[in-house]
Amino acid sequence: MNLAYRDVRHNLGRFLLTCLGLGLLLGVVLAMIGIYRGLVADALTLVQSLDADVWVVEKGTQGPFAEASRIPGDTREAITRLAGVASAGSVTFQTVEATGPASKTRMTVVGYEPDRPGGPTRIVSGRGVGRSHYEMVVDEGTGLKLEDRIRLGRNTFRIVGLTRSQVASGGDPVGWMTLLDSQRLQFDLAPSAARVQVARGAGAANRDIVNAVIARLGPGGSAESVAEAARRWKHLSAMTQSEQETILTRSVVDRARRQIGMFTTILLVVSAVIIALIIYTMTMEKLKQIATLKLIGAPDRTIVAMIVQQALALGLVGFLAGAALIVAVKDVFPRRVVLEADNFLALAAIVTVVCIIASALGVRAALRVDPATALGG
Amino acid sequence: MNAPIIELRDVSKHFGEGDARVDALRHVSLTVMPGEVVALLGPSGSGKTTLLNIIGCIVEPASGWVKLDDEVIYDGRMRRSDLRRLRLEKIGFIFQFHNLLPFLDATDNVAVAMELAGKSDREARRVAGELLEYLEVGHRRSALPAKLSGGEAQRVAIARALANRPRIILADEPTAALDSKRAGIVMDLLRKLAAEQQTAIVVVTHDEKIFDRFDRIHHLRDGLIEQAEQIVDT
Repeated sequence: MNLAYRDVRHNLGRFLLTCLGLGLLLGVVLAMIGIYRGLVADALTLVQSLDADVWVVEKGTQGPFAEASRIPGDTREAITRLAGVASAGSVTFQTVEATGPASKTRMTVVGYEPDRPGGPTRIVSGRGVGRSHYEMVVDEGTGLKLEDRIRLGRNTFRIVGLTRSQVASGGDPVGWMTLLDSQRLQFDLAPSAARVQVARGAGAANRDIVNAVIARLGPGGSAESVAEAARRWKHLSAMTQSEQETILTRSVVDRARRQIGMFTTILLVVSAVIIALIIYTMTMEKLKQIATLKLIGAPDRTIVAMIVQQALALGLVGFLAGAALIVAVKDVFPRRVVLEADNFLALAAIVTVVCIIASALGVRAALRVDPATALGG
Repeated sequence: MNAPIIELRDVSKHFGEGDARVDALRHVSLTVMPGEVVALLGPSGSGKTTLLNIIGCIVEPASGWVKLDDEVIYDGRMRRSDLRRLRLEKIGFIFQFHNLLPFLDATDNVAVAMELAGKSDREARRVAGELLEYLEVGHRRSALPAKLSGGEAQRVAIARALANRPRIILADEPTAALDSKRAGIVMDLLRKLAAEQQTAIVVVTHDEKIFDRFDRIHHLRDGLIEQAEQIVDT
């Protein structure tokens, strides 16, 4: 007969309530892990969706995501001519707040040259940008729909296509427009400011500036050698796609990543302490029963098994409750919560180890019980 | 003539040292024969519980010689696990407040002692059922302890004490929580068991209502057996 099971069954309501409490805590741990993974995934989503092999940016910067980068618009033509490059495209990135039909929408706008690298790769409805001006493809996360019109700067843009789950490293949904539109949006001065500039004799500013040029390689092309070749220009720097991803995860989101990692660790420690206290309290409530069992001849292993099995059951049911909870609500979070099977397995393993360690306190208390305490009132 | 089941010679036990030393038992000798029902009587602190703990293989005496069912214990060769085995196989305990496990029904409370001794679940339940029938609580076999009356719970506790057919039963105030009618029933039951199974029964009690149910009453005071009173002619 399994004493742990019988005891749990006898106090099932209380046990399940305890599991639910623990489940909520473990759900928060899972949420933090999911947010942590989501942060990393978000940071890489845009850079991966652009499907570049080499990033050419301003000399001395780690642009265009980690640092500001401004290079001449004709850089693309020079990069296209490098050996091994199949195609190249100029891109700009800027964060804007667009006035939509219902409310203001914050998004990261990518300016790109149609039919060149840099545009949206997976459009789930509508089409890509087909005209030179005033059309946009945006992510569903903006809340915008096809044919919606939004105001950006001095112009109104029509939404012609939608993507899904395309976000920038800050978590903002992404929108695409032509490079020309994005340059005007980024560099055109307001009419009053432009008049002041003209009055000062400064003339119109050169707006053929881009933030980066991305290159795709042809068969046999080497990202390292293309990057090396691009670096020979004194005003340019270049990095491979993997270097860009490393910069994003190590630099751009590193602090947030470590912050969440620290918080997750603290939550795990808190969970361990709570599990230990629950098991200890459960054991202390049973000291008389444990003394009776020892008095009638129960070996220590029977007592230890009862406590450890209950601790594991508590952890397992709590973990399942927490996992079910977070799976049910993860899409409600404003930012992406990414949970893979390995995250669940890792936490399950950690909870198992924590339960075994946490039960040590209860086991110690149980083994110290003198069987004589069962005698007498 | 039968050999004694419980034999203590010159047993002493003290707790603490120096000024804090308390002599719980001083040179106590006691013999209980098979089928005998013996009471230990005395005021609080007289050494009754210590004596019960020594017979129950729970507390080791400071000096003296103890033999239970032809086995000399506390001789320095017995380990904690050996004492546990002795408790499991040879001694049944009955408590003041039954001490049944609240999460097991009556049958399982009895069966658990047999399973600890190595009996299969099925066999343990079968024997538990028979014991409960024998003690006239068979109709309550599926009831949890919280649903049993005081007398029923104490009879289930007695069934558990008998589960492994012990040679010795040690009872600590077994009738303290019962009214005089049920106390009498419980003691008659213990006397019947002692007679039928030749079990030696030692009872710590203050309950004057049941004094006439003992073969002998040993009065303890300050760790000494002051007086042995023969009640029932065995």
